[in-house]
Amino acid sequence: MTSATTLMGLHSLPGPDADDAVLARFLHGLPGVDEVGAEARVAQLATRSIKNESKDWALDMLVRMIDLTTLEGNDTPGKVTSLARKGIRPDPEDPSCPSVAAICVYPDLVADVAAVVAGTDVKVAAVATAFPAGRARMDVKIADTTQAVADGAHEVDMVIDRGAFLSGRYGKVLEEIVAAKQACGDAHLKVILETGELATLDNVRRASVLAMIGGADFIKTSTGKIAPAATRPVTLVMLQAVADWRAATGRMVGVKAAGGIRSSKDGIRYLVLVNETAGEDWLDPDWFRIGASSLLNDVLLQRRRRRSGVYEGPDHLTID
Amino acid sequence: MSRFTYAPAPQATDVVDIRSSYGLFIDGEFVEATGGHRKTVNPATEQVLAEVSDASPADVVKAVKAARRAQTRIWGPMPGAERAKYLYRIARLIAERSRELAVLETLDNGKPIRESRDADLPLVSAHFFHYAGWADKLGYAGLGPDPRPLGVAGQIIPWNFPLLMAAWKIAPALATGNTVVLKPAETTPLTALHLAEILQQAELPPGVVNIVTGAGATGEALVGADVDKVAFTGSTEVGKAIQRQVAGTRKSLTLELGGKAANIVFDDAPLDQAVEGIVNGIFFNQGHVCCAGSRLLVQENIAEPLVERLQQRLTTLRLGDPMDKNTDIGAINSAEQLQRITDLVAAGEEEGAQRWSPPCDLPEKGYWFPPTVFHGASQAMRIAREEIFGPVLTTLTFRTPEEAIAKANNTPYGLSAGVWTEKASRMLWAASRLRAGVVWSNTFNRFDPTSPFGGYKESGFGREGGRHGLEAYLEGAR
Amino acid sequence: MARLDVSKTYKLYVGGAFPRSESGRTYIASAAKGGFLANVAQASRKDLRDAVVAARKAADGWAARDAYNRGQILYRVAEVLQGRREQLAAEVAAGEGLTARKAAAEVDAAVDRWVWYAGWTDKLTQVLGNANPVQGPYFNLSTPEPTGVVGILAPQASSLLGLVSVVAPALAAGNTVVVIASQDRPIPAVSLAEVLHTSDVPAGVVNILTGTTAELAPVLASHMDVNALDLTGAAPDSAADLEAAAAGSTTRIVARVGEEDWQASPGIGRMRRSVEIKTVWHPIGV
Repeated sequence: MTSATTLMGLHSLPGPDADDAVLARFLHGLPGVDEVGAEARVAQLATRSIKNESKDWALDMLVRMIDLTTLEGNDTPGKVTSLARKGIRPDPEDPSCPSVAAICVYPDLVADVAAVVAGTDVKVAAVATAFPAGRARMDVKIADTTQAVADGAHEVDMVIDRGAFLSGRYGKVLEEIVAAKQACGDAHLKVILETGELATLDNVRRASVLAMIGGADFIKTSTGKIAPAATRPVTLVMLQAVADWRAATGRMVGVKAAGGIRSSKDGIRYLVLVNETAGEDWLDPDWFRIGASSLLNDVLLQRRRRRSGVYEGPDHLTID
Repeated sequence: MSRFTYAPAPQATDVVDIRSSYGLFIDGEFVEATGGHRKTVNPATEQVLAEVSDASPADVVKAVKAARRAQTRIWGPMPGAERAKYLYRIARLIAERSRELAVLETLDNGKPIRESRDADLPLVSAHFFHYAGWADKLGYAGLGPDPRPLGVAGQIIPWNFPLLMAAWKIAPALATGNTVVLKPAETTPLTALHLAEILQQAELPPGVVNIVTGAGATGEALVGADVDKVAFTGSTEVGKAIQRQVAGTRKSLTLELGGKAANIVFDDAPLDQAVEGIVNGIFFNQGHVCCAGSRLLVQENIAEPLVERLQQRLTTLRLGDPMDKNTDIGAINSAEQLQRITDLVAAGEEEGAQRWSPPCDLPEKGYWFPPTVFHGASQAMRIAREEIFGPVLTTLTFRTPEEAIAKANNTPYGLSAGVWTEKASRMLWAASRLRAGVVWSNTFNRFDPTSPFGGYKESGFGREGGRHGLEAYLEGAR
Repeated sequence: MARLDVSKTYKLYVGGAFPRSESGRTYIASAAKGGFLANVAQASRKDLRDAVVAARKAADGWAARDAYNRGQILYRVAEVLQGRREQLAAEVAAGEGLTARKAAAEVDAAVDRWVWYAGWTDKLTQVLGNANPVQGPYFNLSTPEPTGVVGILAPQASSLLGLVSVVAPALAAGNTVVVIASQDRPIPAVSLAEVLHTSDVPAGVVNILTGTTAELAPVLASHMDVNALDLTGAAPDSAADLEAAAAGSTTRIVARVGEEDWQASPGIGRMRRSVEIKTVWHPIGV
């Protein structure tokens, strides 16, 4: 344990069975986050200018970090399998283009995607636990999770109970995370904080730490169903939280920014954020993900331009 | 490539056309000086950028006469609303040419292009825009119903924010109906000379602003000339000399001098932002900032881990080519300043403080100094008392809030201070007890044209910015 | 047989006490039309040093008082001075050679001046301060604070009204003062000290020295712990030297050398020049 651990209030962690009072005392003892300062920091990092080989590297990294996502009520097996094929081979004209990290779908479509990605490195991620609102009894949420894993999900994206969190019932939030983690078995658990409903960056830090106490493998910003979804100040705070967590416990936890990241330029700004906050260890699809749908095509356009030197139009890329 | 190393992202320098030599700007045109010439160099490369003139005392007199004529015949009698329009024009022209001026500033000064582009130039244009609006509203400034200009202002500015300091001086002087003779610093004259071109483009009447380049002797001649007002930004030592020089005359004087600001971090601070604020406080502009947070005062119970976190953060700072858009720390402005920093840092080590710098390759050519943090310092050491004016932070600790304030105020300076705490009453308590003209709470090194800036004690007197900045240029502020 | 008056020993006023000069020196205060009035204490450099120490010691406490409270105290000075009207008028008449009517008018104006400044204590911050609409989410407020210790060379001619006109603004702005009284007309200053002493003005807030201006002024001007100087009563040919001496610690000049029309409305210039503007920034966020 480093002395920095003491500084960040992580020297004496509550256990996974801690009650509301213990958790409240602990979470409210974490250092505050000044919103304006956090915004100033991300604004400054947004001025980083990424050129030439760094840009090539960054574009490929972005592809590899994408959880290619569709979460619509009208999703069909056809749509998700086509999306999965795109994820495996995003640019059919360029075999050097890497695959995405995962395909992210609703639980009932997991089996369809799993069949397509079998034998590749692309993972299947399922949003479970009564996504996106999380308004269901715990046994229903756990059943949702168990089914997704049984159908072949490598990763489960759960939502926390924001109502419980905001009303101070931290124990309930933690209990659900612990239960979901257990239900995941070998699957990785990503805990969605839905930061757009948490109101303050102080709460983002608290929820991040709470999720990590519960055993989260990843902490994730948003469902994508609530505005604002991922923002860079929120992601900054979460990246700082996972870095502090590793300093305190030795365990690395990943971060997933989801929703609203549509352009390569924006994506690269997230990579800069990762690089200069959590550090280069997190610049890896195992530790940083971007939940997105339209981002991929923009990155592919940029990749092609970098190779051909001319600007391409969207008609040369597939829509899946 | 396995790591995210940022490839060089150089700002194109062909946006600025530097002439091989520059004269003095007197009475609306560039004229030959009689005091000789000197070269101005790019401190990042030591390459000569241009030859500039040294104004002799006779040249200074000529400039002051031009300013006097312009003040009594044109600028003084001109309706405020008309003066305002000239200033608005200047603000717009600066904004239009801001990239060019940013590049020129970085070439001549050595500061990162990110800062000249994102901090200096927007503030320069904004300062003219703000004061433009005052020109026809002076009766509402709380300085009497019909405040009158002083006459001719002699203004001497430093090399750390060359064009921004020119704006801070010129804009309020012109808005209030004064005319100006400005002397830029000898190591950074170029942006002021390009500003002269902008003044020509704005069709500012000849003589309203005159720019005389040169070193200390030129400044001394300007202070001694027939001016009604002297405004100086620079070292406390020179400021005192100027105060002595104007003693017994009727000249008005304002001084914006040195500082040794305390940046106080309480244990309940928003720590990540505090770390950023510490970095911004001392490493902004290579620490060439009179209001730099050069003394870090940390509450004892968090001192060790906070400094550890700070050091971790400092390893991400990028030092090098100021023209690279990703550079955080640029070049030291001159060999002379580099020597001063080097000497003071050596004194710190000799006095027993421990010196730390992140691993950092310094370019071979040019003037460079790595970001440096001193631990185990005490109030008595030179590094805790003297203004270093470089990227050097001295860390000290305190146990109680009272001790923090006592240590923070234990300096002849009083320009700025920082306070970091999430507790509002503690913040207000600290802010009210700090003897400093600017107190940044949970932030540092923020500037705005509407926000008065200036010091207590030996950091000088008078304020620049906002309504308060008008007072320095108006007669009979009863 | 007529009764013999009891005459007063005129002393310095330092740190709320009335000491003799540590040097033991006195000098004669004469009437304007000639004739002995009194022996007054002739302060030394060391007395001046003690006075600055007393003023510095009192500075934080005086500045920290509520503006309302400072206003009450200054108003109390007016009340007590009013009660001593006849005494002061006689002293002014004798020292300045005025008619009884004119001397009384001087005292009346001095009383009114205290009232004017008493009313300023809780208004100055609003008049000299303001919020600043900066770009970005920051609360930004500029407020005046007392500069600290103001050294004052009181007017030589106007021994009471002039004296009040230079002391009261410094106090209203929250400063403590070290005053060197009119050299040749010192008696009203000593009486004013007695007024202040009985008016709830805390010890050390006002310190009044009588003595030789030419001897004391350079010491006051060069004193590193004096924040601002009012040079009104200095000899005109000493202005350059005194201002140069002030440069040693960038001491602010509240007023340059020269007598003024003390009957005229004083304005707020002296208060404006004996404060520092402090600007506080704080982010605005949730």
